[in-house]
Amino acid sequence: MQTAVVKRQFVIFKLENEEYGIDILRVKEIKEMMSITRVPKAAHFVRGVINLRGEVIPVIDLRKRFNLKEGKENESTRIIIVSVDDIIVGLIADYSSEVVEISSEAIEETPEGIGIIDQGYISGIGKVGKRLIILLDIVKVVTNPAV
Amino acid sequence: MDLNQYLEIFIEESLEHLQELNKSLLNLEENPSDIKTFNEIFRVAHTLKGMAGTMGFTGMTNLTHQMENVLDAIRNGKVTVDSDMIDTLFECLDYLSNSINTISGTGQESSSSTDTIIASLNGMLTRKAEIEVNDTVIREDAKENKIKFNQYDDNIIKKAIQQNLNVYKITVKLAKDCMLKSARAFIVFQTVERYAEIFKSEPKVEDIEDEKFENEFTIAIITKEPEAIIKKDLESISEILEVIFEKVEVSVEDSGADIIQGTIEEKEAFASTVEEKENGGDTQGKKTRMGKTVRVDIDRLDNLMNLVSELIIIKTRLEGVGNDSRNQDMTEAVENLERITTSLHDAVMKVRMVPVERVFNRFPRMVRDLSKNLSKDIILHMSGEETELDRTVIDEIGDPLIHLIRNCIDHGIEEKEERIKNNKPVNGTVNLRAYQDGNSVVIEVEDDGAGIDVEKIRRKAVERGMFSSSEANDLDEGSVIELLFKPGFSTADKVTDISGRGVGLDVVKTKIESLNGLVEVENSKGKGSRFIIRLPLTLAIIQALLVNIGEEKYAIPLNVIRDITVIEASTIRNVHGQDVVLNRDNVLPIVRLTKTLDVQNALSDNSNELTAVVVKKGEKNAAFIVDSLMGQQEIVIKTLGKFLSGIKNIAGATILGDGQVALIIDSNSII
Repeated sequence: MQTAVVKRQFVIFKLENEEYGIDILRVKEIKEMMSITRVPKAAHFVRGVINLRGEVIPVIDLRKRFNLKEGKENESTRIIIVSVDDIIVGLIADYSSEVVEISSEAIEETPEGIGIIDQGYISGIGKVGKRLIILLDIVKVVTNPAV
Repeated sequence: MDLNQYLEIFIEESLEHLQELNKSLLNLEENPSDIKTFNEIFRVAHTLKGMAGTMGFTGMTNLTHQMENVLDAIRNGKVTVDSDMIDTLFECLDYLSNSINTISGTGQESSSSTDTIIASLNGMLTRKAEIEVNDTVIREDAKENKIKFNQYDDNIIKKAIQQNLNVYKITVKLAKDCMLKSARAFIVFQTVERYAEIFKSEPKVEDIEDEKFENEFTIAIITKEPEAIIKKDLESISEILEVIFEKVEVSVEDSGADIIQGTIEEKEAFASTVEEKENGGDTQGKKTRMGKTVRVDIDRLDNLMNLVSELIIIKTRLEGVGNDSRNQDMTEAVENLERITTSLHDAVMKVRMVPVERVFNRFPRMVRDLSKNLSKDIILHMSGEETELDRTVIDEIGDPLIHLIRNCIDHGIEEKEERIKNNKPVNGTVNLRAYQDGNSVVIEVEDDGAGIDVEKIRRKAVERGMFSSSEANDLDEGSVIELLFKPGFSTADKVTDISGRGVGLDVVKTKIESLNGLVEVENSKGKGSRFIIRLPLTLAIIQALLVNIGEEKYAIPLNVIRDITVIEASTIRNVHGQDVVLNRDNVLPIVRLTKTLDVQNALSDNSNELTAVVVKKGEKNAAFIVDSLMGQQEIVIKTLGKFLSGIKNIAGATILGDGQVALIIDSNSII
């Protein structure tokens, strides 16, 4: 008997020319860049807080979170609002445009030395045609201490 | 006084505390050495004791008191925590939950006995000798918990017997299917009153009228007539199952009361077994009073409040747009909108406001009971009961106030002899005042007792190894009094039922501070002490001053601001590494917010004229240097959320008219 193939959908975004994916069930919405209020004494990767329809939401700079070099923000910069348990945070990404479906067969364990970010944040590598998509373990990205 | 209106609050709060207790006990089982959990359990037990005591539920009070004894022994290292101990504590928890359930069902405490649990708690204490004295007292208390003749009653009985009158206790049992219990009881009362005078009844007459009793009640009477006549008359009333007469004898010594209690005890044991069987079906018959009110979950109100806040933010934004467009229609529409949002805001705020009377009303009874227990005569003056506070605040301040009042009565007010010796009125006075002061509500608890003995606290602090004696002597009075608010600190020489374990004041402080409030103490030795609680009117919306620092905007709550002043940079002196300035003949520390908050490119870094917001924290002041002032505004407080929960110096955030987020400065943590 064949094991059932589970298809999962991922929201794809770009950082430094690499493509990353977040499980769509975690994503609440994607916003254009907006004004962010800096929070003193917060962790270095916390850019600040934004006003999301009356709620104050912290925003994480993914480049800083993954220790990538700083990039310029432009019209295509997005804030991806994700929820992890009862925490809602925004993630700053270079570009985000599509949702792809990846079957569980096409997801591989993280091989050593792939990608440029810390292995701990990666839950697997998804293959879509020739593209390789780094699937993020969003819980780890968000729940490590921020202060 | 009718305590029934507080029954609901009591039940709600107790359930919450029991849940906490459950959690902490589980934690304790995991890490038996965790002091924090341990203190938590202690606090819950203490609070429950206070609450149950206020409501007059003696079983719960006794049990929690005994729990505290055991916990105290653990804290002092006399006993160690093992699984048996945890089991017993869980048994206590179960008993307490059962009690609350029974109370919420019937309005009365369950009649099941606490003796076995208390006995097993005692078994936990290895050092029995010390506790035993305490213990016997408790057991006696437990036995007394139903009908009891107080001293006044005893006097009546004695006098009646001296005049050759008969004193009887009559227990009347109604038929199980009796429909109008209070009506039957009324007939019984009338019948009896033809022959005799009723001087006591259990339950109280009011409760009997409200049908707040099971199928039987007991009355005590004085009569000339022989027992048989009354009995015959009573038995002729329909739906009466049984009438039991019992002659009350009092010897010239006052031991009579004890004999009576003995006999009542036996009969009650019998009665309670019957009651337990009947408990099930009978409670629905209870009368319920319905006013024209709706109970609303506080979450829904919070939600409503949030929506209104958002509306206010949008309105501010529309105002800006309206002014720019110079369109007459638009301006009018916006003005209309403003009126409506303002009234809506007021209305929602009002819904959440409750007079403090709700909390205050439980105190007179408590003070009365306490003064009896301690045989001190105490008068409680209350004023400002109509002052309104946000519902969330009201719900939280009950416990702290209970602690403070208990402290005043137990520690503050001296024994009668001592008062006479010091030329004070024999009656001690406790003043409980509430009033609105600007944007906050102040509640004062004041006594005219001995005041706080600062030297004694110093001694205790040294004894406990907190300071060396020279350090302790260097502390000023304010800092010494501050010690009282430390966990586990108590100056009481003996632990009483009421206070002295040192779990009180730190609970008060933690609670009030969690409500964004402050506790201050004014003390004058020999004349009394005054505890001042300052609470924000509401937790959700405050007046704040908006300031610019660099390119950023911050809000400073208006209630902490003393004044605003301009400081010449050249007048700033550096003393012990701290920048200070002389202001109104006082040394004022300078806080450069640019540094505290890591702000870049601030104007104030290099300018000579500095704008300073002078902020107060209790008696202390500090000047916060800002770039410029933007103005005063009503702001809606939002939390930064769990993700940023550890951030220092920031109390929260708010959303400005233009949709931007501004952070609220937590001046208390900065000073």
